[in-house]
Amino acid sequence: MRRAALLALLSHWRRRPLQFLLLVTGLALATALWTAVQALNSEARSAYARASAQTRPLELPQITAEAGYIPIEAYARLAREGWRLSPVIEGRWRSPAGTVQLLGIDPLTHPPLAAAAERQEGQDRLPGLLSERGLLVAPPGLAAALSSAPMGPEIAVSAELPPGTVLTDIATADRLLNRNGALSRLVVLPGQPDTLPALRRIWPGLALNAAGSSTGPEALTASFHLNLTAFGLLSFAVGLFIVHGTVSLAAEQRRGLFRTLRAMGLPQRSLSALLLGELLVMALAGGGTGILLGYLTAQVLLPGVSATLAGLFSAPAGNSLSLRADWILAGLGMALGGTLLAGSQALWQVWRLPVLAAPGALAWARASAGSARRLAAAGLAAALAGAAALLPGGLAGGFAFLGGLLLGTALCLPLALHLATRLAARRAHSPLAQWFWADLRAQLPGLSLALMALLLSLATSIGVSTMAGSFRLTFTAWLDQRLAADLYITARNDAQAQEIRLWLEQRGAAVLPIRSTESPFRGAPLEIYGVADHQNYRENWPVLTAAQDAWDRVAAGQGVLISEQFARRHSLTTGKMLSPLPETSYRIEGIYSDYGNPKGQIILGITELDRLFPALPATRVAVYASAATPQPLDGALREAFSLPGSAMIRQSGLKERALAVFDRTFLITRALSLLTLAVAGFAILTSLLGQWDRRLPQLAPLWALGVSRGKLARLDLLRSLALTSLTSLLALPLGLALAWVLLKVINPEAFGWSLPMHMFPKGWMQLFILAHLAAALAAAIPAIRLFRLPASHLLGVFAHEN
Amino acid sequence: MLVTVQDLWKSYPGQPPERAVLRGAQLSLAEGEAVALTGESGSGKSTLLHLIGGLDGFDRGEITVAGQALSALDEPGRAALRRGPVAIVFQQFNLVPSMTVEQNLALHARLAGREDRSWIKALTARLGLEGLGGRYPEELSGGQQQRVAAGRALAVRPALLLADEPTGNLDETASAAVMSLMLGLARETGTAVLLATHSETIAAGLDRRLHLSGGQLA
Repeated sequence: MRRAALLALLSHWRRRPLQFLLLVTGLALATALWTAVQALNSEARSAYARASAQTRPLELPQITAEAGYIPIEAYARLAREGWRLSPVIEGRWRSPAGTVQLLGIDPLTHPPLAAAAERQEGQDRLPGLLSERGLLVAPPGLAAALSSAPMGPEIAVSAELPPGTVLTDIATADRLLNRNGALSRLVVLPGQPDTLPALRRIWPGLALNAAGSSTGPEALTASFHLNLTAFGLLSFAVGLFIVHGTVSLAAEQRRGLFRTLRAMGLPQRSLSALLLGELLVMALAGGGTGILLGYLTAQVLLPGVSATLAGLFSAPAGNSLSLRADWILAGLGMALGGTLLAGSQALWQVWRLPVLAAPGALAWARASAGSARRLAAAGLAAALAGAAALLPGGLAGGFAFLGGLLLGTALCLPLALHLATRLAARRAHSPLAQWFWADLRAQLPGLSLALMALLLSLATSIGVSTMAGSFRLTFTAWLDQRLAADLYITARNDAQAQEIRLWLEQRGAAVLPIRSTESPFRGAPLEIYGVADHQNYRENWPVLTAAQDAWDRVAAGQGVLISEQFARRHSLTTGKMLSPLPETSYRIEGIYSDYGNPKGQIILGITELDRLFPALPATRVAVYASAATPQPLDGALREAFSLPGSAMIRQSGLKERALAVFDRTFLITRALSLLTLAVAGFAILTSLLGQWDRRLPQLAPLWALGVSRGKLARLDLLRSLALTSLTSLLALPLGLALAWVLLKVINPEAFGWSLPMHMFPKGWMQLFILAHLAAALAAAIPAIRLFRLPASHLLGVFAHEN
Repeated sequence: MLVTVQDLWKSYPGQPPERAVLRGAQLSLAEGEAVALTGESGSGKSTLLHLIGGLDGFDRGEITVAGQALSALDEPGRAALRRGPVAIVFQQFNLVPSMTVEQNLALHARLAGREDRSWIKALTARLGLEGLGGRYPEELSGGQQQRVAAGRALAVRPALLLADEPTGNLDETASAAVMSLMLGLARETGTAVLLATHSETIAAGLDRRLHLSGGQLA
């Protein structure tokens, strides 16, 4: 019985292969973008985990200090009290091959690390790690770069180390990072004595962190991955609109078949089970195709994402994509769950289908139209729920608000379109115009889902492009302020830097030192910069708020300037006191913007920094040229000091590089928003083709009254464009609201900086033109079909009327 | 008796009992008997056929088909009845538009698990549908479509054929041809027929006539 019924149900798809293709494609598209994002996230997280596993024994608890450093005395006292610990010094080291993550361990006490273990096998290099000269273990590329610049320690290669990481012994790390015995953390070793004095009683300010807690790349990049996930989810939701539309349409078209099967003795339960099975098989087919497409999409996007992660967060990310069970299963799960969600309404209608109800496609349409008000009420409730989620704050609250706003407005769309078309119909005078608006209103129920998908994708594109555009404008202005020097030079050593300074000053240029170091602060890395007291800083530095005489107090070593994200993260304001290092205390004199930097940053006077870190290399300087300075300056310097090209960076080059990293950051976001728009265009095509059967009985009488097929086809095309225009009108305010939430809620929560909002009418116009092109393209296929339709088909409408 | 209907009451939602469609209807139908059910539009002919076919529930009374009391059957049980002794032909043909004539003819028999290919082949020939097996319903005339619908019902060799104005959509000539074929085949196979019709001519050609009026049969 079931086999015969199944064959009868499936015969529908055999006769409508295009509809089947649309359904599976909708599912595949929905799953593809979601899977692509999950594959990218999974790959990145796996790279972080690999890096952590090789450089951090995460299964062991760690001791950190609230102030950042653990004094060597604290370690000694803990050891005397019975604690079994292994000290670690780590930080960003400006090596001859660029800035790298330096990890210094005590090879005698530290638990085994994959990277160190590799060195021990066969070659017995561990004693070298302890030698006076020291050994730097680096991944292959970095090791080669370090070897080419002669330094004190010996260089060794380990393929196990993540990119940009150097492993060494704690003494070498202490020397290279100028820590003077200040430890970053203490690894709590297994086999501690049963009774140990409490940590805080031995040394106040220390904290025991449970195994697995980390301030590694996972924490820094969490917001980036959350953004990607949100985008993947949005694309998935848009794809589900297609699935919902095609499943509902198929259920409607087969309503007669369902009744016939029931009349021939197929129990309701069997029919529902068969439809559920059919839906699940399609979900697997569409989901499987989607996973494959997602894998290919992720492969295309991976280099961009890796570059972003490396450029923006210094986080390691692989360049090749592996097939992983987590995202494959998650993709299939989403496809199955999403299909059931999208098909639940249709299944419910079949379950409730009275076997004797008169068939009527229009009844379905009327019911849908009647539900516009209920949908709008639900939309309002969703928007209010989203707004309520915003109140407690937090990134999740921000995204919940966004979700509520988008869903709420989408649900209000059918009612808005209904009212707009009714208004237009009232103003129409010619009979054809009146028919046009009345017909358009009648088509709304069938098209509303696709139009909701279009609204969501348009609003997202507007929101994201406004956010990215506003960010870019602000970032460019900020770069102009922040990178005011004409040339940035890195000398070979301190002596050469001094020679260069004298040479330049004799030629009228101002030469300002650039010195920085890094220190942990409350478990997160903090960059500490020292700046000279110079008019250029006072005039150009992008300060957001500042106390009076702020620069004077910074120059006198009494105050600090702090970055916006650091201030936000630790709830710091101008006028409060800050202790960035043990036994230091400064008044916060001001807050400045520091876009694109996930780490906290503070600025001290250069004299104060030199007092705290006397051995910091003084090889980098910023040069402000004057009229007397020879031009081109880098050419003259190269000649005078034989400096390599890489040692000098022009301001313009640095800005270009910074903007390139910035643009790359939003590359994937833009790509995803355009793909979402493409999915929405496809949803319109699906709906229009799905309506084809119902259109003929509506158009045939008009044709019989003397309206040509060509005119009818043009009116059909116009119908799609009119609906796209109305949807675009609503998408604009929604997109701007979305941009506002991204700039004022999501960005401060995720990255720590707030941005001003700019308007880009030209960009919106381009987007609307693109949307209209997509809608025209989608409408063109059925319109051409209508134009070419033989008269006999239209006559057939009258012949089949009963 | 193949079918007995006793004191059958049926009203639709919002309908007071005194205006119920069926008000104590009584009926009995012997095996192989062909009975015409006549009455004005809205008198309840279709309702009575639907109730006997287990497509809808009734308020009071009892219907027994092939020894099974319908009030004791749940939905799957009533569905099984339609895969067993009962087959229905509707005025709207209700063919599956996505299946060919051949597939439509075999559909009910396959659902019932009683597909007899030689019988279906014979039916195809008797109904004049040879050469149309690969066509889809939309490619057939109304008369041809109804012949397929009748053939589909008879393919299960039902004990009872319920026909709800099966030729209501056809012209007189086509109607006569379809009725002649359907009733002839039913007679040959011993199938009892309960046929709702407005046509005096058709009603006159059957064994017996029942008139439905005021919710009761006479």
